[in-house]
This record gives sequence, C-alpha cells and structure tokens, in this order.
Amino acid sequence: MASSALLSEYLPILIFIFVAGGMSALMIVASLIVGKQNPDQDKLSAYECGFDAFDDTRGKFDVRFYLVAILFIIFDLEVAFLFPWAVSLGAIGLVGFWSMVAFLGVLTIGFIYEWKKGALDWE
Amino acid sequence: MILALSFYLFAAVLVVSSVMVISARNPVHSVLFLILGFFNAAGLMVLLGAEFIAFILVIVYVGAVAVLFLFVVMMLDVDFTSLRKGAMQYLPLGAVIGGVLLFELITIFGAWTFAPTIQDNIVNEIAIGDSVTNAEALGRLIYTDYIVAFQLAGLILLVAMMGAIVLTLRKRAGVRSQKVAEQFARKPSDAMEIKKVTSGTAL
Repeated sequence: MASSALLSEYLPILIFIFVAGGMSALMIVASLIVGKQNPDQDKLSAYECGFDAFDDTRGKFDVRFYLVAILFIIFDLEVAFLFPWAVSLGAIGLVGFWSMVAFLGVLTIGFIYEWKKGALDWE
Repeated sequence: MILALSFYLFAAVLVVSSVMVISARNPVHSVLFLILGFFNAAGLMVLLGAEFIAFILVIVYVGAVAVLFLFVVMMLDVDFTSLRKGAMQYLPLGAVIGGVLLFELITIFGAWTFAPTIQDNIVNEIAIGDSVTNAEALGRLIYTDYIVAFQLAGLILLVAMMGAIVLTLRKRAGVRSQKVAEQFARKPSDAMEIKKVTSGTAL
C-alpha cells in the first residue's frame, strides 16, 4: 500500500465512483419499483418501424477501421511516453532530451511512411 | 479501513469481471467486462501508489486496446453457437492439455522461493522517495538509464505501424479520391472553351 497522503488525494474519486454507482442503481431500482408494469406480447414486440431482426448483429465491416484503431494505439503509446519525459525534463539533461527526439524521429519515419502509403486517406 | 475495503472491492470486482470475460455468452459483453476489469486493475494500481501505471492502463488499455478488441469482435463474422456445437468432441484432448499445463504451473509454484533479500527491496522503495511524483520518478529512469530499451520500444512501435499498414491497407480499384494539388492547379482554360458565336451562324 502506498502512503496515505497520496491515497487521500484519491478519496474524492472513490466517493465519486460510489455516488455514480449508487445513482445509477437507484434509478434502475426506482424505475422497477415505481413504474407500473404489466407487459403483454404486443407491448414487448418491435414497435412500428422496428423490424424483427433479419440476421445476426455482427456483420463484416471494413478492415480499414482496424487500421485506424491500430495507428491510434501506436500514437497513443507514443504520447504516453511523452508524459514522464515532459515532467522530468529538468532532471534528465541533454541525453534524455535527445533520446526522446530520436524516439520521435523513428516514429516520424513511420508517420511519413503511413502518409505516403495513403493509410490516412479515407477514399 | 477505507484502504482495505477499497482493495477488497476492486479485487473482488476484478476477479468477478475476469470470470465473466471467459464465461459471457455474448463476445461483446466479454469485452465490456474486460474494460470493467481494466478499470478495477487501475484502482488496484492506485492503491499500490503506481498512479502513472494506473492512468496509462486507463488511457491505453481502456481507450485503445479495448476499442480494438471491440472492432475485432464485431468484425469477426463468427456464429458462436455453431462454433460451440462441436466443442464437446475436443473436450478430452483439451482436458489433457489443460491438465498438463495445470500440473506444470503447480510444480513451478511449488518450487518457487523468494530471494531472502526481497523484503529489503519492498521496504526501501526507489531511492527518490515521496518527494517526486510517480511520472517524474519514471521519467528520470526511462530516458537515460534505460535508453536502449526505450529506443527499442520506439523501433517496435515502428514495426507495428508498418506491419499494420502492410497487412491491412489495400487500394480499391475505381475509387475517385481527392487530389488536392491537381484540383487547385486546374484553370478554367483546362476545362472549358469559350466561343464567340455571331448571330445567324452555326458553330
């Protein structure tokens, strides 16, 4: 367990979690208790424009979405590396600075490759 | 008191949601339980004092990896009921393999001993101590002391990026995409011609 000074800063978040959970539970339970419910077949069936399902929910869709998601993850990780670097920039000196520049340079090569390949274009 | 309670809360929800990940019938529900598990793991990390890891867990795993999993689950056009139909015939083989793995794990953990000095490592946290934040303590190490591993991480990300592009990018024929430079460079004279027509004559 970490020091209690650190954790006491997180206490509001914990309280928020409980408040959020309690509120949503309250709403669900209250609507179950208060609302009048006498379901019959017509009420539960698809309403007006809602068709009965023709087939499965999961259909194939373009692999392009996957490519965008992967590229997003990679740049997300890159940004995750930037946070500790930015915070500790004063302590790590020139070596730390240039090592991050080299890291960004490598990823910029990838970025240029991706741009030139047209992976960012959405036809 | 609150510490212990929140630990047990996070741990219990984590265990339950992990069980639900493998037992939920709908794969999309599995992914949603996975996300719940990530959040609770982040809570446990905060309790350990590793706030940076906790937030990276939320940003990277919940924000990106879980979304990717959702894509994959939705993109796989697999009928899970028909997939399960033949599962029983592989049960003996699967049980044997699982049993062997379980036996190996038990042997490994049975022979597991902690180094006698491990207690000292726990007590003496990183020398920097409480005066700096988590992210700063990490930052002082990653970019200088572990520079090789850091650059290797960059190269691995580059390979991942190129691999994703090579594997999934294909040009479709017959698609009219914008060519901005050409479109801007087009002049009226390229596209149309103005003719003077005198009255009473045809072109």
